[in-house]
Amino acid sequence: MSDPRIHLALRMGDNSLILAQQNSKWCGHAPTLEEDIALANVSLDLMGHAQMWLGFAAEIECEGRNADTLAFFRDTEEFRNSLLVERPNVDFATTLMRQYLFDVWHLEQLLLLSQSSDTLVAEISQKALVEVRYHRERSQSLVIRLGDGTIDSHNRMQEALNALWSYFGSFFEDSKDDELLFDLQTSPMPSSLYPSVLEQLNQDCVLSTLKTPESEFWQKGAVQGHHTENLGYILAEMQYLQRTYPNSKW
Amino acid sequence: MYAQEVKSTGSKPKSLNSMSAKEKAFQEKIDRGQRIEPKDWMPEGYRRTLLRQMGQHAHSEIVGQLPEGNWISRAPTLERKTILLAKVQDEAGHGLYLYSAAETLGKSRDEMTKELLSGRAKYSSIFNYPTLNWSDMGAVGWLVDGAAIMNQVPLQRTSYGPYARAMVRICKEESFHQRQGFDIMMKMSFGSKKQKAMAQDSLNRFWYPSLMMFGPSDSESVHSAQSMAWKIKINFNDELRQKFVDQTAPQAEYLGLTIPDEKLKWNEKTEQYDYSEPNWEEFFEVISGNGPCNTERLAARNKAWDDGEWFRDGLLANSTKNQNSQIAAE
Repeated sequence: MSDPRIHLALRMGDNSLILAQQNSKWCGHAPTLEEDIALANVSLDLMGHAQMWLGFAAEIECEGRNADTLAFFRDTEEFRNSLLVERPNVDFATTLMRQYLFDVWHLEQLLLLSQSSDTLVAEISQKALVEVRYHRERSQSLVIRLGDGTIDSHNRMQEALNALWSYFGSFFEDSKDDELLFDLQTSPMPSSLYPSVLEQLNQDCVLSTLKTPESEFWQKGAVQGHHTENLGYILAEMQYLQRTYPNSKW
Repeated sequence: MYAQEVKSTGSKPKSLNSMSAKEKAFQEKIDRGQRIEPKDWMPEGYRRTLLRQMGQHAHSEIVGQLPEGNWISRAPTLERKTILLAKVQDEAGHGLYLYSAAETLGKSRDEMTKELLSGRAKYSSIFNYPTLNWSDMGAVGWLVDGAAIMNQVPLQRTSYGPYARAMVRICKEESFHQRQGFDIMMKMSFGSKKQKAMAQDSLNRFWYPSLMMFGPSDSESVHSAQSMAWKIKINFNDELRQKFVDQTAPQAEYLGLTIPDEKLKWNEKTEQYDYSEPNWEEFFEVISGNGPCNTERLAARNKAWDDGEWFRDGLLANSTKNQNSQIAAE
């Protein structure tokens, strides 16, 4: 049986990688120059986290792979990111709401992982925490201001929240590996994060005048590699050069 | 260059004797190598020419994000993706410094942006060429940033303080970009046959457009003469172009690539390379809107601006609400 920490490392690394990949497509196209720069910064941080987690996964897997081979030579069913981060960019409201929902979960997850019994998991999480605290603060502030901005900005943010909501639940999906990791005190059960994450969302919603959807019918399957259709396109684009010219040095 | 064909006053520079007392004091300050700062008196022609030049420079940085941004999602390794994203982010930062520096001359960033979006303001011709293979990320860094540095390094000594200081920061990052570009060129040129072919193809496509960046010969131009007297232009276009060719030709040789110019040859007498002029007809077509990507580049910038209106309005409305509630509380 494989080391269950691979599952955790892939889950963390793939989330960061796919979100960074999606956000980076805004570079040169954001609504203001400051936003363009800020979003690129967040993507750069996430790329750094992806490299750490995927590097860690490759190391404990001991199959001669590295962060790059994991990123560029796995197919959709081997990716462990949540369904939320692979949702299409659509528009800036969706991109921002996706980032905010991710940040709330990400910060909560890293706070717990930084207390992990596994030294490496704790170390990577502590490094990432410094940046993710800032990500959370930035996206929270934007969501609050746009929710309580114009009627148009409020409606756009609310529509984005509604459209993304059922995919958000994908972060809280448990698996057998999670049970093993929980027993070893390596990581928390994913579902255990939901109450505190929801509480934070509701607090921010008061300030933003947005409303958290009531439904708790979640889209699931990411932990088994069952993704949405969009992931295939994301990977096709991201992996194109490595797949077309294998064994090349770049 | 990032600011090409900058029109000045259209007149020859005045002699010191024919200047008013204010103009004379201003020119003498420049001649002494002192900086002009935003609150200092300046001739209207100086202010307008600088605004045109800095505006074009800033717009070039912003539009310049697009050809390289085109490859971020397809970069072949995590490290290359990170480097490219950071580089394109730097270009946005350069745009920001330059717009801020230009604002000290009394024109807002929004006004300058509207001039770009309507097509009234120009940006460098080079960004209207497409990036077709990964090696273009190397060629853009090596050739395009390399050409830009030729002009930007002397501009650190330009007479207008905010512009000169912005250039100091920009030059540090640009030389880093150029090294990164050359690093990609090395990997491609010394890589597989297919990679080397991509590298050669990039050089073939970017060589002449890079030479065009310096603009046509301007040794007879009254615009350039005035700008040089004001030290907002430091060198003639041909001088910089020659310097660029002399620097780049041996690098191409090192890479084992062929510069697409049969006349390119080291001249023992002049101790510099002889080379062919680019097609200036093509240059004028590109800067007047007929390049291969002009339409897409402007459309992308217009889309970003139009689609982002609700975002900017939303933040503004929120800030006004907060200010009003603060006033009410006081």
